[in-house]
Amino acid sequence: MTINQEQDEIIEEFELFSDWMDKYENIIEIGKELPLIDPKYKIPENLIKGCQSNVWLHPEFEDGKIFFTADSDAIITKGLISMMIKVLSGHTPTDIVNAELYFIDTIGLQNHLSPNRSNGLLSMLKQMKMYAAAFQTQESK
Amino acid sequence: MGSLLDIAKVRADFPLLDTKVYGKNLVYLDNGATTQKPLSVLAAVEEYYTEYNSNVHRGVHLLSQKATSAYEESRKKVAAYINAAHSYEVIFTKGTTDAINLVASSFGRKYLNAGDSILISAMEHHSNIVPWQMICEERGATLKVIPMDKNGVLQLDLLPSLLDDKVKLVSFTYVSNSLGTINPVKEVIRQAHGKNIPVMIDAAQAIQHIPVDVQALDVDFIAFSGHKIYGPMGIGVLYGKEKWLNAMPPYQGGGDMIKTVTFEKTIYNELPYKFEAGTPDVSGAIGLGAAIDYVNSIGLDAIQIAEHELLSYGLEKLAEIEGIQFIGNAEERSGVISFLLEGIHPYDLGELLDKQGIAIRTGHHCTEPVMHFFGIPGTCRASFAFYNTKEEIDLLVAGIKRAAAILI
Repeated sequence: MTINQEQDEIIEEFELFSDWMDKYENIIEIGKELPLIDPKYKIPENLIKGCQSNVWLHPEFEDGKIFFTADSDAIITKGLISMMIKVLSGHTPTDIVNAELYFIDTIGLQNHLSPNRSNGLLSMLKQMKMYAAAFQTQESK
Repeated sequence: MGSLLDIAKVRADFPLLDTKVYGKNLVYLDNGATTQKPLSVLAAVEEYYTEYNSNVHRGVHLLSQKATSAYEESRKKVAAYINAAHSYEVIFTKGTTDAINLVASSFGRKYLNAGDSILISAMEHHSNIVPWQMICEERGATLKVIPMDKNGVLQLDLLPSLLDDKVKLVSFTYVSNSLGTINPVKEVIRQAHGKNIPVMIDAAQAIQHIPVDVQALDVDFIAFSGHKIYGPMGIGVLYGKEKWLNAMPPYQGGGDMIKTVTFEKTIYNELPYKFEAGTPDVSGAIGLGAAIDYVNSIGLDAIQIAEHELLSYGLEKLAEIEGIQFIGNAEERSGVISFLLEGIHPYDLGELLDKQGIAIRTGHHCTEPVMHFFGIPGTCRASFAFYNTKEEIDLLVAGIKRAAAILI
């Protein structure tokens, strides 16, 4: 699936829920599918510190594609990063760099991406794109 | 004791309390962060801008005179509220943080030297830590800390040994914003003054809950924010004893704080203007004056009784939740209840309460050292104002249970 197909699938899934608590239950469920970061990569360099919850993120580059693993100390954040990884993981650096993430907005979670948001989600997205840009440069050498 | 307040009438004074969030009635329990504003405050600010907006202290025209007298009237209201001996001991600032920075910078430059120290407490807000760290670093001084115990109570038995002759000022909070502890300010001031050390009180979490009489306390400086006592954001107060304010150098230079300026020398203005450089927040000050009028009309004693009832009821009802742990168990407390639920990250709980229309605060509450002391990432904090109700506390408890069912 392309990045946009992944996004559309999530959007479709969230259309089932009108109540916020149900939406969050689903986010928490999705968090259980998160490819967990190997504890050996849970190091300060991989930590994205939010004001309230922390995120650890690690990229692996394989066959021209980037695979992310991650974790968080808060389970809602875990669900949010799990969705991001679902959408972006397993794609080429160029696709990730050029990706436009509209699903967050569409399912009504845009407030999680505001710059002063406390859960580090925006910083995580920036970090994912930075890794992709770095692998892109590495590839073109 | 029954409440002295007509709660429906009081709530009608605060239009925002009637708001809906996510389609649910708002339950606003984040009053420690900021309080809502009564109509009389909003009206005072609007009246200023629609009827006599003008700059203060410098115009000969009627509007400027009107604005100046309203601004100075607010200063008198603040002075009366805290029982200051003189209204010129009341300096308008941007808020508590600004007031503490003013004292740290001005007092520090005059009185703090290499080898000296400033004494704070273990439960300070970052705004009563960082300004002191900055001036200590600049002056080669050190920052010392009065420790607290596991209940969140200051260890006063250690105070005499901490108050050595190197301490130039003690600065600590009246009420802890993250634990709710009311500190024994009178006793600390008594001991510090016994060694001729002045004391600054951060009253940001006290001024809206507890009568603060600066003369009875004999305190040297206090700081508080207007927005936590139902006034506008962006206005705050520094009270300082005349003798200190006269002795300290100005904080910022600019208009209004001068008597005469030549390129060779400037003669500073007298109090309070010496510390109010530039055009002040006139509308904010007028709004704060209206907020103090409002508090006086309700009566701080009635407010205290209502808030004490809410706090006791909140502690009792929250204690019934399985796995709850209170952070801060001082006997003397006010305003806030900090708690954690076993196995649940405070951020997750805050997020799910928000979606049920319940506003609390989660995180470290700008008191990271307190969180380090307890070894926790943060807490959930419910904080009350007299306009809250027991029904809202019941909704909080039900909301927590619903969230916990999803999160565990």
